[in-house]
Amino acid sequence: MSFFEKIAYIWQKYSATLFSGVGTTILLALVGTLMGLLIGILIGIVRTLPPSKNKFVNGLMKVVNFILAIYIEVFRGTPMMVQAMVIFYGYAKLTGIMLPVIASGLVIVSINTGAYMAEIVRGGIISIDKGQFEGAQSIGMSHWQLMFHVIIPQVLRNILPSVSNEFVINIKDTSVLNVIYVTELFFMAKLTASDTNMVLETYVIVSVMYLAMTFTVTRLLRLVERLLEGKNNYTIHGSQSDPRAEIKVTKEA
Amino acid sequence: MSEYVFEIKGLVKNFGKNEVLKGIDLSVKQGEVVSIIGASGSGKSTFLRCLNLLEQPTGGNILYHGECITDKSFNIRSYRTKVGMVFQQFNLFNNMTVLKNCMIGQQTVLKRSKEEAKANALKYLEKVGMAQFIDAKPRQLSGGQKQRVAIARSLAMDCEVILFDEPTSALDPEMVGEVLLVMKDLAESGLTMLVVTHEMQFAKDVSSRVIFMDNGVIAEDDKPEVIFDSPSNPRTREFLYRILNKDI
Ligand SMILES: Nc1ncnc2c1ncn2[C@@H]1O[C@H](COP(=O)(O)OP(=O)(O)O)[C@@H](O)[C@H]1O
Ligand SMILES: [Mg+2]
Repeated sequence: MSFFEKIAYIWQKYSATLFSGVGTTILLALVGTLMGLLIGILIGIVRTLPPSKNKFVNGLMKVVNFILAIYIEVFRGTPMMVQAMVIFYGYAKLTGIMLPVIASGLVIVSINTGAYMAEIVRGGIISIDKGQFEGAQSIGMSHWQLMFHVIIPQVLRNILPSVSNEFVINIKDTSVLNVIYVTELFFMAKLTASDTNMVLETYVIVSVMYLAMTFTVTRLLRLVERLLEGKNNYTIHGSQSDPRAEIKVTKEA
Repeated sequence: MSEYVFEIKGLVKNFGKNEVLKGIDLSVKQGEVVSIIGASGSGKSTFLRCLNLLEQPTGGNILYHGECITDKSFNIRSYRTKVGMVFQQFNLFNNMTVLKNCMIGQQTVLKRSKEEAKANALKYLEKVGMAQFIDAKPRQLSGGQKQRVAIARSLAMDCEVILFDEPTSALDPEMVGEVLLVMKDLAESGLTMLVVTHEMQFAKDVSSRVIFMDNGVIAEDDKPEVIFDSPSNPRTREFLYRILNKDI
């Protein structure tokens, strides 16, 4: 068989297998990125809490911040493949129960991504001018209220390129989860390659599949970015000569 | 209830070893408009920020209607809805329209309904002449317009006092007038105001009292005509001489 015949053969016989891997990879990357972002935002909010008047609460805050710092260091400082092994087999050893592999996969990607997102969100929060925090405090808003309504919406918009980047990394790096038998695309590729003995052809097809996923995700998030930028035009209601005038204004930042 | 809105006694604020406020005593009555003047670095901003608890005082007492605002049991957030603050840099919420800027505090802190918040916001945006611009975002406004929205944001909380920290210092000269006009209106409507300003004409014409701060203390506290025409403290005279000479 020629190269192209082999490709056609794999496509015919194994595309269902490979596409189920694509599905799992997208699920892992999507859930991992979203949960990671959520973790990152929560950590960002907790780490920017103003000091409390209550000594006990203050002490508790210090402990929490310390634990968060360790979490971030450990999960950014070790490979995800190793984390997967330790968590999967560690959990089984401690409890005597094997976690379902897909659940383990989702948990591992989420907390791994969370560690990176925590730093990304922190950078995003720092970049918002202090004045907006004070503006919100000065009318009595609580830390959670001002974070939720004022700061985080702006942070999300600013960090979207980094989030998109994490998403792309997750699509590729979830391939390491094959070590705990998560049936994502790379796992399915290994299966196909050993079944058919057509290693090169299998991985050429799989490369194209990865590329299609990452390309789609970057384009989609670029679109979201543009939507989040918001309108640059607004309407002035009424003018000096005519109180009922509606004047459309387009003005750049 | 005390007849004073604020009674400040021996207020001290240190930043590390740097003693910035060295014992401030001041009482402010309902409806008074107090202008605070003084050289840069004399502690004017720090003083206002202590009143809003954006800075925690190191020592002394601040009583608001007789209640000590630094007490553990004091409700800071409800206090801040009563004592608004207007900043040099406006500090509007960049992700919200003008209308939303004036609604969000009412909805989240005062738990007002959307309709009620909107009606109240519109009332005050009207008052500061910004009702036409409710759909604009802060980045689409001039400095003077932003500052008027910031004033409306405080007013919409139905505040009783507004602290102004150099509200016109970041503005282009042609926009200073529109903001001062709004402030003059508010002063005449009976709002209690503490205004840190370098606009000596405003201090002279609008305020009921002028305070000269020097090096962390109140060096002189009197009626505007006394401060500007016959100040008793030589430091006041020196400061005014410098400022007014420069201006003219
Ligand atoms: N957050 C801060 N940390 C340390 N020092 C500060 C801080 N804020 C103000 N200061 C110091 O306090 C002094 C008074 O500042 P400020 O109240 O801003 O004066 P003014 O508003 O009269 O110009 C200055 O010496 C300033 O450096
Ligand atoms: Mg200042």
